[in-house]
Amino acid sequence: MVESMSGIPLDPYYGDELKPGEYPYTRGLYSTGYRSKLWTMRMFAGFGTATDTNARFHALLRAGGTGLSTAFDMPTLMGRDSDHEWAIGEVGRAGVAVDTLADMEDLFAGIDLGDVTTSMTINGPAAIAMAMYVAVAEKNGVGRAELGGTIQNDILKEYQAQKEYIFPPRPSVRLVTDLIRFTTAEMPRWHPVSISGYHIREAGSTAAQELAFTLANGFAYVEAAAAAGLDVDDFAPRLSFFFNAHSDFFEEIGKYRAARRIWATWMRDRYGAANPKSLMCRFHTQTAGVSLTAQQPENNIARVALQALSAVLGGTQSLHTDSYDEALALPTEKAARIALRTQQIVAHETGAASVVDPLGGAPFVEWITGEMERQANEIFDHIDQLGNGSMLEGVYGGIEDGYFVGEIADAAYRFEREVNAGRRIIVGVNEFIEGDDQESNLLSIGRETEDLQLKRLEQVRGDRDDDAVRASLAALVESAAQPDVNLMPPIIDAVQTYATEGEIVAALETVFGTYVETAVV
Amino acid sequence: MMSRDPLDELFETAGSGNRRALGKLLTMVEKRGETAAKVSERAHRDAGQARVVGVTGAPGTGKSTITGRLAAASGASRPAILAIDPSSPLTGGAILGDRIRMDNHVGNSAFIRSMATRGHAGGLAVAVPDAIRVLDAAGCDPIIVETVGVGQVEVSIAAAADTTVVVVTPGWGDAVQANKAGLLEVADIFVVNKADRPDARGARRDLELMLDLGHRSGWRASIVLTTAIEGEGIDDLWTEIERHTAHLRESGELIRRRCRRRRDEVADRIELELRDRVHQIIQNQSGEFALGRVDRNELSPAAAAELLLSTLTSDKPPEG
Amino acid sequence: MSEPPADTSFPPETDFGAPIRVVLAKLGLDGHDRGLKIVARTLRDAGMEVIYLGLRQTADSIVAACEQEDADVIGLSMHNAGHLTLAPRMVQAVDHAGLDVPVVIGGIVPADDVATLIDSGVAAVIGPGASADEVVSAVKAAVDRQTDAQ
Repeated sequence: MVESMSGIPLDPYYGDELKPGEYPYTRGLYSTGYRSKLWTMRMFAGFGTATDTNARFHALLRAGGTGLSTAFDMPTLMGRDSDHEWAIGEVGRAGVAVDTLADMEDLFAGIDLGDVTTSMTINGPAAIAMAMYVAVAEKNGVGRAELGGTIQNDILKEYQAQKEYIFPPRPSVRLVTDLIRFTTAEMPRWHPVSISGYHIREAGSTAAQELAFTLANGFAYVEAAAAAGLDVDDFAPRLSFFFNAHSDFFEEIGKYRAARRIWATWMRDRYGAANPKSLMCRFHTQTAGVSLTAQQPENNIARVALQALSAVLGGTQSLHTDSYDEALALPTEKAARIALRTQQIVAHETGAASVVDPLGGAPFVEWITGEMERQANEIFDHIDQLGNGSMLEGVYGGIEDGYFVGEIADAAYRFEREVNAGRRIIVGVNEFIEGDDQESNLLSIGRETEDLQLKRLEQVRGDRDDDAVRASLAALVESAAQPDVNLMPPIIDAVQTYATEGEIVAALETVFGTYVETAVV
Repeated sequence: MMSRDPLDELFETAGSGNRRALGKLLTMVEKRGETAAKVSERAHRDAGQARVVGVTGAPGTGKSTITGRLAAASGASRPAILAIDPSSPLTGGAILGDRIRMDNHVGNSAFIRSMATRGHAGGLAVAVPDAIRVLDAAGCDPIIVETVGVGQVEVSIAAAADTTVVVVTPGWGDAVQANKAGLLEVADIFVVNKADRPDARGARRDLELMLDLGHRSGWRASIVLTTAIEGEGIDDLWTEIERHTAHLRESGELIRRRCRRRRDEVADRIELELRDRVHQIIQNQSGEFALGRVDRNELSPAAAAELLLSTLTSDKPPEG
Repeated sequence: MSEPPADTSFPPETDFGAPIRVVLAKLGLDGHDRGLKIVARTLRDAGMEVIYLGLRQTADSIVAACEQEDADVIGLSMHNAGHLTLAPRMVQAVDHAGLDVPVVIGGIVPADDVATLIDSGVAAVIGPGASADEVVSAVKAAVDRQTDAQ
């Protein structure tokens, strides 16, 4: 029996008309909500060398965690080795540096990969990271079928917002579908793509744009996977989403509710999915990094708490809360702990987890849910038209003609002007500005990491069999030139020879080309 | 010992391939005024060698990518690109973003200069020929001028080239828009870009039909299919430009075109100068006085204009 | 005070005062360009000509663009904590090329690092949350100081 703080017994949900756990899932995916399973408090970790992050992983596991979440550094995310010209000053800074299988071995040393779930936030070179993960596990005697976790692998939003792309859109989507085909056939516990609106919102979009662009990308992947010969019910249950929790409390809640409704409706009616799991929009949420202010940074703790509460009331499956000092630098350990504590307060003190969709049925909440859906539908119509009835082609078209980046840049500029003109108040920034004490206890990472990683890379290059590397890369290039060949097996072969990420990317670039954005400012 | 003219020195440095010097000279002609006139005059001495190619088309057709790749495909040692974008009519500012789409394709060989229209059509009509002249005098060749083919002025800038390339894309009704904007008349070569799209051949057919209707004598505009993002068809396009250049030389049309261009520039320069003087006249004392009388209805607008015009046509320059 | 609308049929000034030309870019791999795009529009709306280079630039590519565009100032946006390495390299590249172009940095720069950056030759550091006016005046001031120094 669940009771309120004062001892009042509570039902799992209230209201009779539309119930949680029923199509179209506006009120939630499950009738028992967080009573049966609290959301996952997944905190992102990754910095320095693989050995540094490995130590952090072991500490997390000792503390009772079962989920690892990996952040990679920029050169890794961009498919470049640590000794690439662009990598200077970025090695190991925003995440862990992974150049070769040797780094992946260090990263998971002493961890039974059959026993944990791992989330890897990587997109352009996702297939390479996946291949390295599989190779590490199999080297340690864990079969690929036993591996559980998620890889972000959402390349479309990179062209629209985050800009961490390598190849042009079409060959990139081929890599995404190759990975989906691979995990569908051989890794049943793996989530092959996490369709992410988070970065779209961070780039300055409105809530409705975040919702619509993200779901449109989801539809695009569904069409791409279907075109690659997969049955929608075979892979759709393994798709998941990733949304932003921004500051407008009720608008955000409406956004999450609309997301579930739209996804269920489209998957059933447009893509003919029959498995209820294919219709369920499961999502991870992260609070809005862009909403954090450098002025009076402690105020960010309150912002993050309210954003986290909106995500929970909106029914998120997992949550990352930002640290209050992130507008200034990478989070310190204390700031990261406060962020986690914030989630725990929401979970255990507020009662927000006691009843499913507690705001459902409120006139404003239902109205703004409908309004989010209406605005999203307008955007879907536009994309559908761009693609002559194909959402996948529509998304390609919108990337090519600058539709997405243009819309996002317009929205970002509009907001900024409103703040500048004082029509919107940001506490501590354009109002209530007295009392700004600069935080001086910030985390910084030294140059030693870069030096260590460069040495490690040099050593791996020296120890490996170069002929085997060359042969595996040549085989990869040959496979890449044939559109129907799944590239996962040849990429696994290549990483096993200790070919570097940069070498594999360069090999693929000879076939796929390199993407350069069309500037829309 | 005689000290050398600093302008001569700047030109010499620019001619030897120094990009900073060339960049400075272009700024000088862009600013207008006395210095610009001197630079223009000096450039005129050495110019006249370079091939000038205009590239225009609606926004989003891939002009910049084509322009960048074209510079590379020319195989020239010192190609130059002049990328012209509109200034905001309200603030005079501009965002010039074409380099992004060019840099990666041309490598280090090309000289790329972004130029804003600076809100004044007449100014552009003088500044662009001057900029071309400076690039030419500094030894750049070919010079590719890229403009957005929406306004009449932008189109006429691209049209004031030896060879004018008009870029369209399939499936967007660009062919019709091209017709409206007068792009059809000025095109020596059409490019149907994004030829990997299913309706590319349809776009080609539409263009052929339109060309059948309005056939010009001598050179019938040719059509090249490209997928610029992949670099496909760019070599064909350059070959076609060279074929057109050869046609111009053999038919004598090159000389006629260049003469027409210079004559047009003379007219443009007079017009610009007159505009400036009109502007000065209505701002000076007698202008203010006349306008005050118009305000008080003591003088009709027509009579005031006639009065002020007499000072314009008089030989002495208007008082500042 | 409201300004009269700009008259586009005549140049606003007879000395044809040229707008400030600013090169905007991100150095290296960091893909956060929301701020850079907002700054681009802000400077355009302040009457400047913005040569937008966008993402993945190197110090050399920025210097090359500055020479050809005869830019008055370079604006860099940094969000990856690499500013202490990258910004001084940019300043050195500018100096090495013999250009008199100030470098202005924006993005996420902790207050403790500002002095270090200024010491390494950066003309100004614009903190996160700066208003449009602050951005514009920082850029203008950097250009003015450079012009006065010449």
